[in-house]
Amino acid sequence: MQVEGYRPLIVAFCCNWCSYAGADLAGNNRLSYPADVKIIRVPCSCRVNPMFILRAFQRGADGVILCGCHPGDCHYTTGNFYTRRRMALLFSMLDYLGIERERTRVEWVSAAEGAKFAATMNDFARKVAELGENKRLEDLRCKQ
Amino acid sequence: MYKCSIDSLPAVLDEIRKHYEVFECDERGAKPFFFPQAEDLMKFKTEGKNIELFDIRSEAEDFVVFGVHACDLKALTVLDNVFLKDPVDTYYQSRREHGIIITEACTAPANTCFCTVFGIDPSEPGGDVTIWKNSQNVYWLFNTVKGGDLFMKIESVLEEGGDDAVDSIKGEIRRNLDRLPLAGLSTDDFGAGKTDKFFNDPEWAGLSESCLGCGTCTFVCPTCQCYDIKDFNTGHGVIRYRCWDSCMYSEFTKMSAGQPRLTQLERFRQRFMHKLVYYPDNNDGMFSCVGCGRCLQKCPIQMNIVKVMKRLGGEAK
Amino acid sequence: MQTVSRDLLVNKAASLLNDGTVQTVLGWRKGLFDYDITPAQFKTEDDIRKNFEWNDNCGANLSKYLVKLTRKLEGRILVFLKPCDTYSFNQLLTEHRFDREKVYAVGVHCDGMKDADGNELERCYNCKSKKHVVYDELIGEEGEVLESKRFEDVEWLESLTPDERFAFWKEQFSKCIRCNACRDVCPACTCEICVFNNPNSGIENKAPVTSFEEQNFHIIRAFHVAGRCTDCGECSRVCPQHIPLHLLNRKHIKDINEFYGEYQAGAEVGQRAPLINYTPDDIEPYEIFDGGEKNV
Repeated sequence: MQVEGYRPLIVAFCCNWCSYAGADLAGNNRLSYPADVKIIRVPCSCRVNPMFILRAFQRGADGVILCGCHPGDCHYTTGNFYTRRRMALLFSMLDYLGIERERTRVEWVSAAEGAKFAATMNDFARKVAELGENKRLEDLRCKQ
Repeated sequence: MYKCSIDSLPAVLDEIRKHYEVFECDERGAKPFFFPQAEDLMKFKTEGKNIELFDIRSEAEDFVVFGVHACDLKALTVLDNVFLKDPVDTYYQSRREHGIIITEACTAPANTCFCTVFGIDPSEPGGDVTIWKNSQNVYWLFNTVKGGDLFMKIESVLEEGGDDAVDSIKGEIRRNLDRLPLAGLSTDDFGAGKTDKFFNDPEWAGLSESCLGCGTCTFVCPTCQCYDIKDFNTGHGVIRYRCWDSCMYSEFTKMSAGQPRLTQLERFRQRFMHKLVYYPDNNDGMFSCVGCGRCLQKCPIQMNIVKVMKRLGGEAK
Repeated sequence: MQTVSRDLLVNKAASLLNDGTVQTVLGWRKGLFDYDITPAQFKTEDDIRKNFEWNDNCGANLSKYLVKLTRKLEGRILVFLKPCDTYSFNQLLTEHRFDREKVYAVGVHCDGMKDADGNELERCYNCKSKKHVVYDELIGEEGEVLESKRFEDVEWLESLTPDERFAFWKEQFSKCIRCNACRDVCPACTCEICVFNNPNSGIENKAPVTSFEEQNFHIIRAFHVAGRCTDCGECSRVCPQHIPLHLLNRKHIKDINEFYGEYQAGAEVGQRAPLINYTPDDIEPYEIFDGGEKNV
C-alpha cells in the first residue's frame, strides 16, 4: 500500500572495514542512493545482535539492511560467518511470525564495491517503499 | 428479583451494550478492568530547561464488568483499601466510580477454590447487580443506585419473579461448598500482629527453595497491587506509565543502594507475609487473599498460599 | 501410568543418602492433590519416604536447579532425570554451568507426563527420545531416540500465508502477561541478569505495554536459546496463558536442522552450538526462502 509522498525510513548497519568504506566510495564516485537510508557504522557486522534490528523497527524503521565484508574477508577473520548464521535464523523467524520478509536483508559489500552499495540501497529502498509503512513490528508510542 | 431466559442472556447483554461498554470477565477476573497491567499516566516533553506536561486522561464514561465472582469482588475491596486511602489513586478511583459490577453466583467452584475460608459467600456475591443462573433462567437482583440506573435501561427485556428459584440455587451452591477439598483450611494462626511469630520460621527455606522467581502468582492474583512507574522515551517525548510489578522479581523496589530483599527466600516470604500478616496489620485484620485458587492452578512449580498456610500453621510438617 | 514404581526411586534415594554417596536428593514433593507436585530437596530418609512422589505429574525438569544448588550446597546431589531432562543436563554441562563431580544422576524411565487436567503434555505426545543421554545409574529400561512428529505444527504454520501467520501470533502474544515463567523455568536461560531485567539494557520492561514489546520479548527469548534449546518443552508446560511457546523454539531447531545439518542440543557434552559455529559455505540469508532471489 503506497501512500502519496510516502518515503520509507531505512536503517543500514554497515561494517566499518568494508561496507562503510563502500558507502564512502559510492559517495566519492557520485553514485546516488536514497537519502532515506540512514547508515549506522558498526565495528563488524557480527556486532549487530537481533535486538538492534528489532529496535530499529520499533523506533520507526520500515526496512533494516545489514552490510558486511564478503564471507572470508572479515577484518576479524570470522565475524561475518556468525552474522550469516544469526541473520538466517532471525529472518526466518520474522517471516514465521508473519513479518514481511522484504523488510530485512543482509548484503556483502566490500570497500571496492561503491557501485554495488548504491545499487543495493536503491533496490532495497524501492522494495521497502512498495511494501509501505511497517505496521507489523511498530511501536505506536514512537509514532509522531 | 427479575429474570430472563438463559437463551436471551446474549440479547440482554446487547441491550446493556447500547448504553455502556461491557467487559466480560474471563479467567483473569475483574482486577485488570480497574487496575490494568499497564497504564499511561502522563506525557511530557523537555526542551532545554523547559518541561511541557500533558495530562492524557480522557473523560471516563460508565462501563459494565459482567460476570464477576464473589472472590474477585472481595479482591476489589482489598485494592480499595490500598488505592482509595489517602493519598487517593485518582486513576483507580475514577474507574471504580464509573464501573458497574454485575456479579455472578458461582455454581461451579473448582477443587482449588477456598473462598469460604475468608468469609466469602459465593451464593450471595453482591456488587451493583447480582445474577444467578440455572439451566433455564438467569435471575437478576439490582442492589445499588448504579445497579438501579442500569435496571431502568434494560427493564423492557426482563420480567419479574424467581425468588424461589434463587433460593434453591443458593442452597445448591452452599451444599457444593462443603464438599470442596480445601474448605477446612484454617486462618486462625494468621492475621495482625503475627510478624514475630512467622518471620524467622525455618519452614520458609523449604517452602521457597524451588521458587523460580517468576511473576505468575502475582500477576494472576486478584489482590496483588504492587506496581512500578517507568518512563518510556518515544524519541519525541516521554510517556510516564505504570505497570504491575512483582515482589518475586529480583529487581523489585530496586534503589540506588540495591534491592532490599537479596534472596528468593526473602522475596517469597514477603509475598505471603503481606497476604497473611502485614496487610491484616494495616486493615483491621482483613486478609489480602480471597481464596480464588488461581495461584494453585498457575504456579509453574505448584507452590502456593495453601501449602504455605498448612506448613507454617504446623500441618503436614 | 509410570511403569517404574515410586518405591524403586524412594529406595534408591534412601540407600544413596544412607551410604553417604550423596548428601541431598533433588526430586519431586507431594502436594495437596495428586497433580500439584513441587520440585524439592530432601535431606533425610524419613522425608523421602513420607513426601517423595513419582507419578504422571512429575513433569518438572530438575536440571536447572543444579546450577544454583551445586554452588550452594555441600556434598553431592542426587538428581532424578527423565530422558528429556538428560538433554538439558548435558547442555548445561557443555556450557560449564555446574560441576559434574558434584552430581549423581539417576535416569528414570518415563512413560509420558500429564498436566493438572490429566491431559498428556504436548512434549510427551510428540516425545523425541526415550533415551537417557547421560546417567550414573538407570532405573527402568533404556529407550531409543524416537521418530517424532514434533515439527508438524511448525510445518502447518509455515504453510499459512504471512497474514495468517501474523494473525495467529498476534493472538497468541496478546495473551502474554509477561510473568517470565517461560524464561525462568528454561534450563537454557541461565544468565545471572536477564537483559529484560536490566535497567541499563534499554529494553527492560515488566509488562507487555504494546504489541511490539510482546513480539520483542518472545523473539529475543527464543533466539537467545536458539541452538541451545533441547526442546524440553518446559516453557509451554508452565505458561499460565497457554501460549504454544515451543512452536517458536522448534522453528529455530527445524531451521538449524535444515540449514546446517541435524543437530540435537544436549545429545553429547562438548558439542559446539550451531550459532557459535560456521562453515565457509553456509546458506546465505537470502537463500533461506523458497524462490529467494539474489539481489542486485
